[in-house]
Amino acid sequence: WERGGRLRHPWVFFSNGENNEISRMSHVMMSPSRQSNLELAYSLSTYSVIGAFCTEDNVPQCLLHINQELASLGLPVCIEASSPEGANLNAVPVLNAVYELLQIHRRDMCTLEEMEKEQMKKSSSLDLIQMTNSRLKDQLELSIREKSGLYETERQLQLKLKTLQRCLKGEKDEVQKLQSIIASRASQYSHDAKRKEREAAKLKERLSQLLIDRKDKKLAIDVLNNLGRSDGKRSQWRTTKATASHEGEMYKFLLCDYEESQKSLVLENAELKKVLQQMKKEMMHILSPCQPSSRGATADEELAESDEDEKTRDSSRDTLDQSCEHAREQLTNSIRLQWRKLRNHVEKLDNQASQVLHQMESNKDMIPFETHQDEMERMRHEVQQCKEFIHAQQQLLQQQLSTSFDDETAALLYDCYTLEEKERLKEEWRLFEEQKRNFEKERRNFTEAAIRLGREKQAFEEDRAAWFKNHFLNMTPFTNRRRCSSSDGQSSLSIISEPEIRMSVKAHKAKASTYTTFSTPKSSRSTAAPSTTDLYRTLRLIPDCSSSMHSNQVWQESSTNGDEDIRIKSKSRGLHCSDLDIFALGEDDSLT
Amino acid sequence: MNFSELFKQSNQLCKVSPDGKYLATCVQYRLVVRDVSTLQILHLYTCLDQVSHMEWSSDSLFILCAMYKRGLIQVWSLEQPDWHCKIDEGSIGLVSSRWSPDGRHILNTTEFHLRVTVWSLCTKAVSYMKYPKACQKGIDFSKDGGYMALAERRDCKDYVSIFVCEDWHLLRNFETETQDLSGLEWSPNGCVLAVWDSCLEYKVLLYSLDGRLLSTYSAYEWSLGVKCVSWSPSSQFLAIGSYDEKVRILNHITWGKIAQFEHPASIDNTKATVYKEVERRPAVPSDELLQHNIKVGSTLLNTKSKYEICAPPIQIPVVKPDPDRANPKIGVSVLAFSSDSRYLASRNDNMATAVWVWDMQKMSLEAVLEQTAAVRCFQWDPRHPRLALCTGNSKLYLWSPRGCVSVQVPAEGGFQVQSLSWHCSGDFLILLGKDQLCLCYMDAEQEENGRLWRRKKDRK
Repeated sequence: WERGGRLRHPWVFFSNGENNEISRMSHVMMSPSRQSNLELAYSLSTYSVIGAFCTEDNVPQCLLHINQELASLGLPVCIEASSPEGANLNAVPVLNAVYELLQIHRRDMCTLEEMEKEQMKKSSSLDLIQMTNSRLKDQLELSIREKSGLYETERQLQLKLKTLQRCLKGEKDEVQKLQSIIASRASQYSHDAKRKEREAAKLKERLSQLLIDRKDKKLAIDVLNNLGRSDGKRSQWRTTKATASHEGEMYKFLLCDYEESQKSLVLENAELKKVLQQMKKEMMHILSPCQPSSRGATADEELAESDEDEKTRDSSRDTLDQSCEHAREQLTNSIRLQWRKLRNHVEKLDNQASQVLHQMESNKDMIPFETHQDEMERMRHEVQQCKEFIHAQQQLLQQQLSTSFDDETAALLYDCYTLEEKERLKEEWRLFEEQKRNFEKERRNFTEAAIRLGREKQAFEEDRAAWFKNHFLNMTPFTNRRRCSSSDGQSSLSIISEPEIRMSVKAHKAKASTYTTFSTPKSSRSTAAPSTTDLYRTLRLIPDCSSSMHSNQVWQESSTNGDEDIRIKSKSRGLHCSDLDIFALGEDDSLT
Repeated sequence: MNFSELFKQSNQLCKVSPDGKYLATCVQYRLVVRDVSTLQILHLYTCLDQVSHMEWSSDSLFILCAMYKRGLIQVWSLEQPDWHCKIDEGSIGLVSSRWSPDGRHILNTTEFHLRVTVWSLCTKAVSYMKYPKACQKGIDFSKDGGYMALAERRDCKDYVSIFVCEDWHLLRNFETETQDLSGLEWSPNGCVLAVWDSCLEYKVLLYSLDGRLLSTYSAYEWSLGVKCVSWSPSSQFLAIGSYDEKVRILNHITWGKIAQFEHPASIDNTKATVYKEVERRPAVPSDELLQHNIKVGSTLLNTKSKYEICAPPIQIPVVKPDPDRANPKIGVSVLAFSSDSRYLASRNDNMATAVWVWDMQKMSLEAVLEQTAAVRCFQWDPRHPRLALCTGNSKLYLWSPRGCVSVQVPAEGGFQVQSLSWHCSGDFLILLGKDQLCLCYMDAEQEENGRLWRRKKDRK
């Protein structure tokens, strides 16, 4: 509501201001330009009693009042009555005062306007601010609500967490309990198992003891006669010497085995070393020839490296036989070095290969061009071969024809050729016939048109004769009687104008279409009441039609349609002046 | 390929002497010794009861026949048929009996594994080894017969005793780092002893002859572990098959894993050849033929089969093991190296119809043989890289790097091959049925080809 009120306020103010402009001009003193409704209302009320301010009677009082007012406004001008009656005023000071007042008023108006503008601006900005304020309030409310919701969910989650934690604790306890149970059971079982096993062992012991004690009679060996040892030796007494010999034998056996395995390992090692050496040699062989060619700038470095290699190689060769760690290290080091070099080399080669590939890609059309040429050459050769082959075949065929077959077959063959020719001729003949027929049709059309033209011309001549007759008769004293007949003549003329227009239509259409348009004469509204220009055109055309008829007959046999039109036109132009008198007559007619 | 006629046998007791000259078979309580080349009976011995175990001595002179139920052992001599020897373990019982490598001593394990009794045939002397452990493989002799390793259990701890076989002198006795020792095996060169823990823990320990621990290997924890262990004949590799359906190969230098062979149900390895056995039922004969063939009906009933090479990917049928039962049928339970250590054959228990052959040079899968029935037994030719296998039907299957064949045993009476063993020369196979046996002779020509082929390979 508040906002609405404020919005309405300037409107009210404006309407008031406009209405009271005059009143305020005259009542500056009474209504100082203050922008308040109350004062405006007041000024409105004063406006209604404007007539009552100064009357014939109270001029001096008014003057005094005005002077006072002016003085209060700080204007020094003093209006005085020129006459004591106060009927007339001194014009100059009054005008000055009025001017001053007007100035003041204008200034006030200016300030008023500015203030209004400012007011507007402020009110709109206020509106904006209020809007944003309300929006922000809404947002605030929303976020507060959200916050409370979140608080709620958090609380719930916390609760849940707490319960879950409690659960987890419970589960953990459970697990621990179960684990401890399992452990205790396991230990118990293992303990039991051990106990049982011990018992079993004890029982076994007891059993064996009992069996031994019983002196089992059955437990015996019954051999016919003792066997000799498989190795033929006599059994030996168990002595410490024997045990020592067993130990010795065992170690001997083990040693043998280790020696054997060592031998095999040494062999393997030697084999591997050989392979390594060979690899190294081959590597060097591969690397050495391409070093100088591939690099120029780093040749010194390479040289140094190769020297080093040489050294290591020699040393490794020397120490190959020394099976000590030093030699092995050197060998592996040198191999490693070589390997690194080889790798670098391979990488370099790879790069080169890729570059070459790139180059190849860049000037792709160069190499294909060569192959292309080659291919072309080959194909040409092939074509040549084929041609030769065909030629040879043709020759052979001809030979065969000329030798083995005589004139009959030749004639037959000739017939074959001529048949084709005949066919072609027939086709052409048919075309020719068709063209001829077309021509005939066109000719017929032309003659028909010419005949019609002739008839029309005749009719026109007749009309003209009639008209002349009428005209002649009009000159005679029996005018009245002849008037109606002249009207008849006019009507006949109007009737005649129909084919004339048709002629014009024909002349237009002939440019694009064929002569078939001749057959359908149209009765249009314009023909019923021909204008002077139409008449003028037709009258000009008529004589040339007759002439064209003659010319038509001349060119009909030779020329084409397009040419005809042009000729018609040119002819009509040529015969133009001969119809001048007719034209003049026509004009006269239209005038009458 | 030729086949002999069928001979009777019982308990699948049929063994060729180590020198390859004689074939001993047990039929109930009788022991029959034949000449391998002529198959004529050379000796016939009569035991006191049905024989439950029979074994040749290393010098091929004596045969041990054990009758566990009666706790009796009888030894027969080939040279002196009159000579006899009877060992009675008495009331203490007998569960296992074997020759010592010298062929003059017999080791008997008593019931409850109370002790191992060593009987000397030379001196009639008897000695005891106490606390032997009852486990998968508790006793092992080294290849050359010099030493014996014995697993023991005392005070709930595992020990290994190493004896010198010559005079049963205890060379070493050491405690092993195992929870529950399950088995031990000498490397073929006799210098390293592999010891593995029970299936509850994946642990393989390697001990030197003098009792030093060389290395310990454990692939994973908290899951069922080792199922079987096998040395390559060159002592170069130790293959460990485990419950996780994988074979791990350890090397003999660092004792570290160098390869791992998996047994996936879906094979998409394009380098491996997959042979799939395809059975073809013979067309139903007409009545006339049927009447004619009524005698040989048994052979007619037998379906023919052949191998087809399949392009990967291939699905191998998998049987899911029952998780509630002990010793689940899953994991690699059988491993066998070929005599030249070039190939390794394995079988995964939950894919019982497939045998996997691995190339030990490339360390990759070489071939898979997918049979129509579960594989019962497979064994490498002791001379050539050639694998023979049987699936409990009337067919013999052979694999070599050149290819795979399925051979119908032309025996009457529904002879079904339950197990097989090669003759030491690789010239023939002994096929054992339920109570019959049959010899299968390899073609000399084929063998020659095989040799030629091998030589070519060697040259390569």
